[in-house]
Amino acid sequence: MNAPVKLTLKDYATDQEVRWCPGCGDYAILKTIQKLMPELGVAKENSVFVSGIGCSSRFPYYMNTFGFHTIHGRAPSVATGVKLANPELDVWMITGDGDGLSIGGNHMLHVLRRNIDLNILLFNNEIYGLTKGQYSPTSKVGTKSPSTPDGSVDSPLNPCTFALGAGAKFVARSIDTDMKHLTAVLTEGHQHRGASFVEIYQNCPVYNDEIFEHLKNKKTAPDTRLVLENGAPMIFGKEKNKGITLNVQRLALEVVTIGEAGITEADILVHDETNKVMAQMLVELQAPDFPTAIGVIYNAPAVAYVADVYSQRIEVREKQAPADLNALLRSGHTWTVE
Amino acid sequence: MSVVEEINQPDVANAGSGVVVRFAGDSGDGMQLTGNNFTEATAIYGNDLATFPDFPAEIRAPAGATFGVSAFQIYFGSEDVTTAGDDVDVLIAMNPAALITNLKELVPGGLIIADADAFTAKNLARAGYKDNPLEDGSLDAFRLISIGITKRVVDTVKPFGLSHKFAVRCKNMWTLGLTMWLFDRSRDAAIDGLRTKFASKPDIAEANVAAINAGHAYGETAELPTGVEVYKVPAASVKPGLYRNTTGTESLSYGIIAGGQLANVPILFASYPITPASGLLHTLSGQKQFDVMTFQAEDEIAAVCAAIGASFAGSLGVTSSSGPGISLKAEAISLACATELPLLIVNTQRGGPSTGLPTKTEQSDLYQSVFGRHGDTSLPVIAAKDSVDCFDVAIEAIRIATKYRTPVILLSDGYIANASEPWFVPDINDYTPFPVEFEAEPEGFSPVNRDPETLARVWAKPGTPGMEHRIGGIEKDAVTGDISYDSENHQKMTDIRKAKIDGIARDIPLQDIAMGSEKGAVAVVGWGSTYGSIHQGVKRCRQDGMEVSHIHIRHMWPLPANLGELLSGYEKVLVPEMNTGQLVKILRAEYMIDAKGYSKVNGQPFKIREIENEIKALAEVVK
Repeated sequence: MNAPVKLTLKDYATDQEVRWCPGCGDYAILKTIQKLMPELGVAKENSVFVSGIGCSSRFPYYMNTFGFHTIHGRAPSVATGVKLANPELDVWMITGDGDGLSIGGNHMLHVLRRNIDLNILLFNNEIYGLTKGQYSPTSKVGTKSPSTPDGSVDSPLNPCTFALGAGAKFVARSIDTDMKHLTAVLTEGHQHRGASFVEIYQNCPVYNDEIFEHLKNKKTAPDTRLVLENGAPMIFGKEKNKGITLNVQRLALEVVTIGEAGITEADILVHDETNKVMAQMLVELQAPDFPTAIGVIYNAPAVAYVADVYSQRIEVREKQAPADLNALLRSGHTWTVE
Repeated sequence: MSVVEEINQPDVANAGSGVVVRFAGDSGDGMQLTGNNFTEATAIYGNDLATFPDFPAEIRAPAGATFGVSAFQIYFGSEDVTTAGDDVDVLIAMNPAALITNLKELVPGGLIIADADAFTAKNLARAGYKDNPLEDGSLDAFRLISIGITKRVVDTVKPFGLSHKFAVRCKNMWTLGLTMWLFDRSRDAAIDGLRTKFASKPDIAEANVAAINAGHAYGETAELPTGVEVYKVPAASVKPGLYRNTTGTESLSYGIIAGGQLANVPILFASYPITPASGLLHTLSGQKQFDVMTFQAEDEIAAVCAAIGASFAGSLGVTSSSGPGISLKAEAISLACATELPLLIVNTQRGGPSTGLPTKTEQSDLYQSVFGRHGDTSLPVIAAKDSVDCFDVAIEAIRIATKYRTPVILLSDGYIANASEPWFVPDINDYTPFPVEFEAEPEGFSPVNRDPETLARVWAKPGTPGMEHRIGGIEKDAVTGDISYDSENHQKMTDIRKAKIDGIARDIPLQDIAMGSEKGAVAVVGWGSTYGSIHQGVKRCRQDGMEVSHIHIRHMWPLPANLGELLSGYEKVLVPEMNTGQLVKILRAEYMIDAKGYSKVNGQPFKIREIENEIKALAEVVK
C-alpha cells in the first residue's frame, strides 16, 4: 500500500457554492472543521456528517465526506442508525437551537442519555434563521420576532443545562469565530468515546446580530468569558484578578477579586471537568453578574451504547449455536406428516 | 394458509368434518395459553386448522368483568380450513362474563362447558345476570356441562403445596385436559411444554400436569349428559413433510431474517412498542446470533429515522408499527423515497382511527399505505394473507426494497399477527438469493447513477474510499446529485421516481386466480387476511353451481400488470374489505370498472356466511 497522502483543508471542501448569508458565523465554523479534519487521523471515507433542517444543517453539503441532510429534528435518530449499522464510522451531527432543542428535543435527550458515540455540534444563534427570524427555544425573554412582535414571554432553554440533565458525558461550549478555542474543544470532544455535546455560540447577522458580541469583542471578552481549563483555577478578567469561588452558605458560585478582602489565588475554585455538580453550576453562569463559561465543562467518560450493544451480541453468540436459519425454523415443537 | 392437498369430503357444513371450539375466560385465566396448547395437539392429530385469538386491550381487567373477557377460537377439520369458523360448536366459559359475551356465537344445540364455581353471586351480577343461567333453564337450547372446576383443581393440586392463588391458576389446564378428552387429542406435547416452561419450578409444572390429567380423567369417568361424547374429526389429508405452528409475528420475523440473508445485508430493526406490532421487536431481539440488530427507539419517528440511517450506512433498515405509529413515520418515509434508500416498513393494522381498537383487527390502512404521504411520494405496498404467508411476503418485500432502493410497506394485521396456523416448514435453500451490490468504483461515480433497467439509484455506503457523497431531502440534480431548485429538473426527478415504482409492476407475478375461471359472472377480489373467509365463501357458492371466482391481490402497489384486463372479464366485481371501501375505490379509479364494495369494520374477521350471502345477493342482481 502507498503511504497515506496527508490531506488538507481543501480535500474536505466540496465544489458546492456555500450559501449562508454574508457574515454568518457558520462560515467560520465550517472553515475550522475543514481544517481540523485532516488532523484527526480518520480516513476521509469513514467520516459522516448528519444534519437535520435549518441553516446549520446545510453543513454536510460543504464537507467532502459522506453526508446526510435529513429532516427537521431527526438527525440524532438517523445518526444513531448509522452508528449502529457501522460503529467504525466517525459520525458528526450538526444541528441548531431550533432543530436540536425544539422539534428534535426528544431525540437529543435520548441520544445523549444513550451515550451514542457521536460528535454533536449545536450551533446556537438563539433564533430561527431559515424560516425567517422567528424566536427559538433559546431566545431571551422579550425577543421581538415575526411571531412575537411584542416580545417573547417564554423562558429560554440553556443547551448545556439540557445536555447535562439528559445525562451527557461530555459537554462543552465554544464560539464560532474563535478558531483556536473551537479547534481545541472539538478535538477533545472527538477523543471522547460516547456522545460529545458542543454548544457553539453562532452569530446570525440577519435576524439576531451581535448577541454574543460581548464575548467576542477583544475589549470586553476578558471580563465576560470564563475560559475553563481542567485542573486550572477559574480566573478571568483583563487583569487576571477575578475568580470564581463557592459560597458554601448559599451553595452558589460567586465572583471575587484576587487581592481584595483577603482573597488569594488559593481561594479560587479549580476546574474539575469530572465534577457534575460543578458543571451544572458553571453552565448557568450568565451576564451581567457572571462571566460565561466556555471550554470543556464536563467530561466523564462511560461506555458508549453502541459498544455495549455489540459486546452483548458477542456474548450471546458465544453462548448460542451458530446462526442457522433452517435450524431456527425447525426449533420448537415440530411434527412430521407421513 | 390451509395445508390440505386434497379434500376428503364434499364441502358441506358437516359437524363431523369440522368443529369450532372457543375458550373464553378472564384475561388472567390463561385462555390464550390453553388455546395454543389445544392448537398444537390438534395439529399433531392431523386436522387442518385456523385460530382466532380475541383478547381485550386491558392487561388485567377486574375479575369477572365483561370487557375483560379473553377468548381463543379454533376451527379444525378434515378438509381445508382457512378461517377460524363462523359459529361456535363448543364454548368453554370460565365465568359468567365469558358466557354472556360469547353465547350469541354458539350454534343451537352447541355444547357449553362452564366452571360452576365461578358463577358466584358477585360474578353473576358483574356480568349482568339476575339469575344463574346454569340453573334457571335459560340454556335449554344448548347442551350444558356445568362442573365445579375451581374446587376440583384446588383438590387435585393440593399435594404440590401451591398457594391458593397459584392452585386456582391451574384451572385452565384442567379445562384443557377435559377438552383434549372430548376431541381425542394427545396430552403429550402440552405436558412436555409445561415441564420445559416451568423447568426451574417443578412444583408448578407437576401441578399443571396433574390438572391436565385430572381434567382428562374427568371426561373418561364422569357420567356426562346424554349426547356428550368424544367428537370424531378425521385427520385431513395434508402434504407429507415437517410441520410446526406459527403466528404471523413469528413467520414475519423469520422472513425478515431470511430476506436479509438472501439480500446479503445486515438488518437493523428499529421499532417502538405498539399493540399489536410489538411481537416482532420481541421475537427479533432474541435472535442475536443472526445478522439482525434490534433497537427500541424513543418514539416512532426515531425508529424509522434510525432505520433510514442504517440503510444509508449499508444495512437494511426495518421499522414496524401499527397505523397510528405509521402516521408519525410518514415524513421520514418520504425522506427515504427522496433519498432512494431501501427501507421496510411493517404495518400490523388495527382498528382505527386514532387509538381505536388496539387489539382488534381491521384492514383500514390501505389508503395510508398507498397514498398517505406528502409530495407525490409513491412506494410499493405488499400485503400478507395469513400467518404463514408472512414469511414469503417479508422476503418479497426485502427483495423489492433492496433491488429498487425504495421504502416498501408490508401490511399485516392484528388477526394475522396473533393467529396460529400449521406451517409446512420451508427450506431456506429453496429460495433464490438476491444479493445486493454496493457501489465501489470511483470512476464516473455520481450518487444519482441508476440502473438503466430498474432505475434504482446506486447504493454506496460510508467507509468505501472514493464514494464520499451527500444525500438529503432537498431535490437533487438528476445528473450530478447536487442540490437543484431547477424546475425542469424537478419534473424529471418526479418522473423518474414515479417510473421507478411503476416499473416494479414488470417484476412481480401476474395476477392469478385463487379459485374459479378467468371469466364469469362474479369475481370476488380480496387482499390481506380476508383471504380465508372469501375463499370459503366463493367455494360454497361454486358448489351451489354459481359462476364465481376468487382473486386475491398480494401486490397492492403497483398493482399486477394484468389486473385491469383480468377484472374486465367478469360481469360483476365484489370487493369485501374490513374497511369502508379502500381497495374498491383504487380498483375503480385505476381500471374504470364498476366494482362493488362490501364493508365490515366491527373488529372481527368476516364470516364465511357473510361473504356467501353477499355474493349470492350480487348474483341475483346479475340475473
